[in-house]
Amino acid sequence: MSVLYILVLASIAVAAFFLAAYVWSVRNDQFEDNKGAALRMLQDDEPTKQ
Amino acid sequence: MDNTLQTEKFYYDNKIVKWFAYATILWGLVGMLVGLLAALQLVFPVLNLNTAATSFGRVRPVHTNAVIFAFVGNGIFMGVYYSLQRLCKARMFSDALSKLHFWGWQLIIVCAAVSLLAGYTTGKEYAELEWPIDILITLVWVTFGINMFGTIIKRRERHLYVAIWFYIATFVTVAMLHIVNSWEIPFTWMKSYSWYAGVQDALVQWWYGHNAVAFFLTTPYLGVMYYFLPKIANRPVYSYRLSIIHFWALIFLYIWAGPHHLLYTALPDWAQSLGTVFSVMLIAPSWGGMLNGLLTLRGAWDKVREDPVLKFIVVAVTAYGMATFEGPMLSLKNVNAISHFTDWTIAHVHVGALGWNGFLTFGVLYWLIPRIFKTNLFSQKLANWHFWIGTLGIVFYAVPMYWAGFMQSLAWKEFTPEGQLKYQFLETVTQMRPFYMMRSIGGTLYLLGAIMMTYNLIKTIRAGKAVNDEAAEAAPLAKTYVEHSGSHWHRWIERRPMQMMVLSLIVVGIGGLIEIVPTFLVKSNIPTISSVKPYTPLELQGRDIYVREGCYTCHSQMVRPFRSEVARYGEYSKAGEFVYDHPFQWGSKRTGPDLARIGGKYPNSWHFNHMYEPSSMSPGSIMPSYPWLFENDIDTAVMGAKIRAMQTLGVPYPEGFDKVANVELMKQAESIKQNLAGDKIEIKSNREIIALIAYLQRMGTDIKLEQKATTASNN
Ligand code: HEC
Repeated sequence: MSVLYILVLASIAVAAFFLAAYVWSVRNDQFEDNKGAALRMLQDDEPTKQ
Repeated sequence: MDNTLQTEKFYYDNKIVKWFAYATILWGLVGMLVGLLAALQLVFPVLNLNTAATSFGRVRPVHTNAVIFAFVGNGIFMGVYYSLQRLCKARMFSDALSKLHFWGWQLIIVCAAVSLLAGYTTGKEYAELEWPIDILITLVWVTFGINMFGTIIKRRERHLYVAIWFYIATFVTVAMLHIVNSWEIPFTWMKSYSWYAGVQDALVQWWYGHNAVAFFLTTPYLGVMYYFLPKIANRPVYSYRLSIIHFWALIFLYIWAGPHHLLYTALPDWAQSLGTVFSVMLIAPSWGGMLNGLLTLRGAWDKVREDPVLKFIVVAVTAYGMATFEGPMLSLKNVNAISHFTDWTIAHVHVGALGWNGFLTFGVLYWLIPRIFKTNLFSQKLANWHFWIGTLGIVFYAVPMYWAGFMQSLAWKEFTPEGQLKYQFLETVTQMRPFYMMRSIGGTLYLLGAIMMTYNLIKTIRAGKAVNDEAAEAAPLAKTYVEHSGSHWHRWIERRPMQMMVLSLIVVGIGGLIEIVPTFLVKSNIPTISSVKPYTPLELQGRDIYVREGCYTCHSQMVRPFRSEVARYGEYSKAGEFVYDHPFQWGSKRTGPDLARIGGKYPNSWHFNHMYEPSSMSPGSIMPSYPWLFENDIDTAVMGAKIRAMQTLGVPYPEGFDKVANVELMKQAESIKQNLAGDKIEIKSNREIIALIAYLQRMGTDIKLEQKATTASNN
């Protein structure tokens, strides 16, 4: 069952990637303003004046 | 920090979204139509048309690949290209890459359809495409990745909305799954053998298969849900915090659940249990996500009643909840013992595919097309009709399949008071016909709905005018901010040598692994059951025909250790029996009986007649006829290349065997021909049917019951 090593390692590699991404996102204050983030995506960015 | 940033004018690329939308509709119709054909073939075997390209074993992979990678695939890209631009407040990174991505993906689809119908398949479910197409997929996927990350980097909104995280997870994980599972050794320009064998191949395949469902059918569509649902309802998601928890919990749990596809097989027990535990844990984030979606609509249910778009989305999210509850249940060993190999699985995946993926796609299309074309939907009423017909279609599809699966499983397991199996397998096949018929009706209704949508959308498109480049305005990111909040991530790592070291170890480890693994897999292929020998050249050719014709779409090769299965099929399967199986052919569905121990069960002449016209030997059989096997010659020209490929993979053929393999082949073929002649059957010895019979007669014969005691564990 040596193939398990590949799968576990590949899975861990991906998990490690996401862990790094998670750490980045926290340190980048990505989750500071949850209300605002949820509201802002509702707005369209149509030019105000032509 | 400079607060007086000038806003910038730019344009969203709607054209690429439009193209992906068209492709989604087109391939959706094609995929469903092919699915309907496959469904009807199980009721009326004549619809196999007695030709290779149209027979079930080839049609079914075309259906699954078309709906997953063509319909949902294009649906993903439609959703991503629309929402990513808006969430990043930036046009896609590169128009050229967008185009390359679009046309590359369509090229893959066409190549896939043609090659599958022509019989080029790896024989691994949902990863059937052969090696040149695998490479093409990798290239196009990378194109998509560059385009996506490029857009994220040049974004004008600092916060990465949760949908983007789902897209990133999709990109990264699918790339990895595809590369690991598609590791194969080519021996002609269109054919290859899986690098892994037997149990190992099975494990890799279902690790892939499960995560393909997770990261191709689920995460990208969750991203789509988290963008489009609030947007369409024009209210913020119920709990943004919950959506973030949903994301992180989901991706950390999903990747480990694959072994639940291999319960009670020859896979080591601890791996099976691990799969079950993670599958059960998945309920929590999945239901969190579903509730988050539904609760977003709280206080807006009056809108839902009116608006067909919201109706589609509500059913989609509900179907997501149902499928993600059922999935973990099916991962429990006692439930799986009943459900596995039956139509229950088919019901389960269609709740997901028709309900979650299909309905979400329809909802998004109905909303998106009028927006891009700056007009109203041609007919709300027709869309409402589509909704009801589609819903009815799902019900008509799923209910008979659940029922059929349950009935079939009970029938397979039922014993008479005398201790005999109560039903012949064939009886359990003919019992299924009314259910298969109802399922086809369900599918027809669903397809009808999709056709109505197509008409509705074409009318809408005709009435409007596409805004291919939509003007937008936003302030650029304040550069200073990044510095202030603690800098760039790698600077953070650079300041911390420990983390740096761990990360680089992982990276180096992966590199090393890629070098070591091949040798190490070859080594582990040394059989631990001494009586298990490599296939003879003729059997190998027969096996390749078995793969080519997609027999695995109806037949399993895995006797599970249950009394009912041992009584029906023979000694249960051992891991050590499959060490030369590149690829493994355990299958996932028993429309026909298990074939793991078919060798020696019938005389050659039985197989000969049965393959020519199954109902001649088994009245009422729904197995297709294979008349072309009686006309095609065995492809002896590639025999040497096949043997050499197998030798590279560690199959112990003697040195120089590739040169004499054809001599051996002809010898064995001749003896089968003689044997058939004894039953008054005339056939040339170089016909494909001879090779197939050789393979069928070999299957499961290496290990005899009385050797059981000497069977060592494979691990
Ligand atoms: C559409 C599904 C389907 C496909 C595809 C299919 N079969 Fe079958 N097969 C069945 C069914 C149903 C039966 C049981 C009835 C019968 O004996 O025909 C069966 C029975 C058999 C049996 C007899 C098993 C037994 O124990 O009695 C053999 C052998 C067999 N199939 C071989 C094959 C091979 C080889 C292929 C590929 C070339 C194939 N089948 C493709 C559905 C299928």
